[in-house]
Amino acid sequence: MNVKVDAVLKPVETGVGPVQAMIAVFSRDVRVAFRQRQDLLNPLLFFVMVVTLFPLGVSPEVEFLRQSGAGILWVAALLSVLLSLDHLFRHDFDDGTLEQLVLQPQPLFLLVLAKTVAHWMLTGLPLVLLAPILGIMVHLEGNSIAILCLTLLIGTPVLSLIGAIGAALTLGLRSAGVLLSLLIIPLYIPVLIFGTGTVAAASEGAPVAGYLALMGAFLVLALTLAPFASAAALRISMSNS
Amino acid sequence: MSEPLLQAINLECERDERLLFQNLSFSILPGTVTRVEGPNGTGKTTLLRILAGLNDAWSGDLLWCGEPRSRQRESFLRNTLYLGHRPGIKPLLTPMENLRALMAGRRPVSDKLLSQALAGTGLAGFENTPCRNLSAGQQRRVALARLLIADEPLWLLDEVFTAIDASGVQAIEALLQQRAAEGGAVLVTTHHDLQLPGMNRITLGQGQNHEC
Repeated sequence: MNVKVDAVLKPVETGVGPVQAMIAVFSRDVRVAFRQRQDLLNPLLFFVMVVTLFPLGVSPEVEFLRQSGAGILWVAALLSVLLSLDHLFRHDFDDGTLEQLVLQPQPLFLLVLAKTVAHWMLTGLPLVLLAPILGIMVHLEGNSIAILCLTLLIGTPVLSLIGAIGAALTLGLRSAGVLLSLLIIPLYIPVLIFGTGTVAAASEGAPVAGYLALMGAFLVLALTLAPFASAAALRISMSNS
Repeated sequence: MSEPLLQAINLECERDERLLFQNLSFSILPGTVTRVEGPNGTGKTTLLRILAGLNDAWSGDLLWCGEPRSRQRESFLRNTLYLGHRPGIKPLLTPMENLRALMAGRRPVSDKLLSQALAGTGLAGFENTPCRNLSAGQQRRVALARLLIADEPLWLLDEVFTAIDASGVQAIEALLQQRAAEGGAVLVTTHHDLQLPGMNRITLGQGQNHEC
């Protein structure tokens, strides 16, 4: 009866390397996102609204805006990334694709990294691209705008990477939103401080290389450690569901 | 008799301070179909999730091909196919895209084979319809299409017959039997009255657990 067993059970080569698996995860996430464009626009719209409402609510004076513009943009970007985090794993969790992701014969942290990169491309990167226009709106100078975009470019991936840990940890919970913010905001604060600090230094004509190097260090640290933490958090959430 | 694919020794699982099962030991041999039985809430799904490697809240030993499973996670995952009762289908993607994504991390499969598998589950003509426009049963059939192209020797199937019509149920029963004849091992939970010749049973929720 068991004639074919050995034929079936021979140690099977996957034939699919981790890189291919990552590309597949990434492209699926991008495809799903583009089929549901409202979800893509939400964080962007939030970003634009916060930045446009600030001058109306506080003061439209050029001097004030020039001074606080970078801070406003950074806070708005941070909050809109935070707003989008809950979607990172939630839909996959609900429809069962996350289970299948965890069960792929691939290193889970790489697949999580692919998902996080997709998340950044779909939320963080559009924010970076939009920032120059909003920078002009709040009367930032050309140099400051360039530095601001650079800090956002380095900083938003850090936000996505750290946020993924929180999103994975709070996955099994019913009211994840509040807890997610409480967990993640403290970890976002250094990124925010150095992000806005870099722009402030640039507008005063001080050298920014040191600041940028520190932000780069944040990014490298998050890129190397956060996927492991997110993968471990996902396993815990899976175990409890 | 050949070596068991998966062997559970003294499994014990507690959930929400309730003991689901203890001293549960069984072997899953190639060429067998095993049905996990028991009333609702006795831990059938939990047992399957433990065996699949999704749930880590258990004690005891799990051996994969005679060695501790934790030490050969990749080989275990590569050779096990788990279908949960959430089908793992993205409603926004088409059946083809879903299958492609599900197979992508496992092994390369040609599109031709995928569409053959979809046709085999009665979804010919629906390859490029977004899954949210399909019925619940059709969505499950998309997930089941994986069984038709699976090369994994161990299948863990949780409530496969949910939302499937009578002829589909028959087809799945035949498929499970054929799979066992080919030397695969199938572990299935179901409330459907599954009767296959030579089927093993693991009964949960009877105070003591049946061994097989």
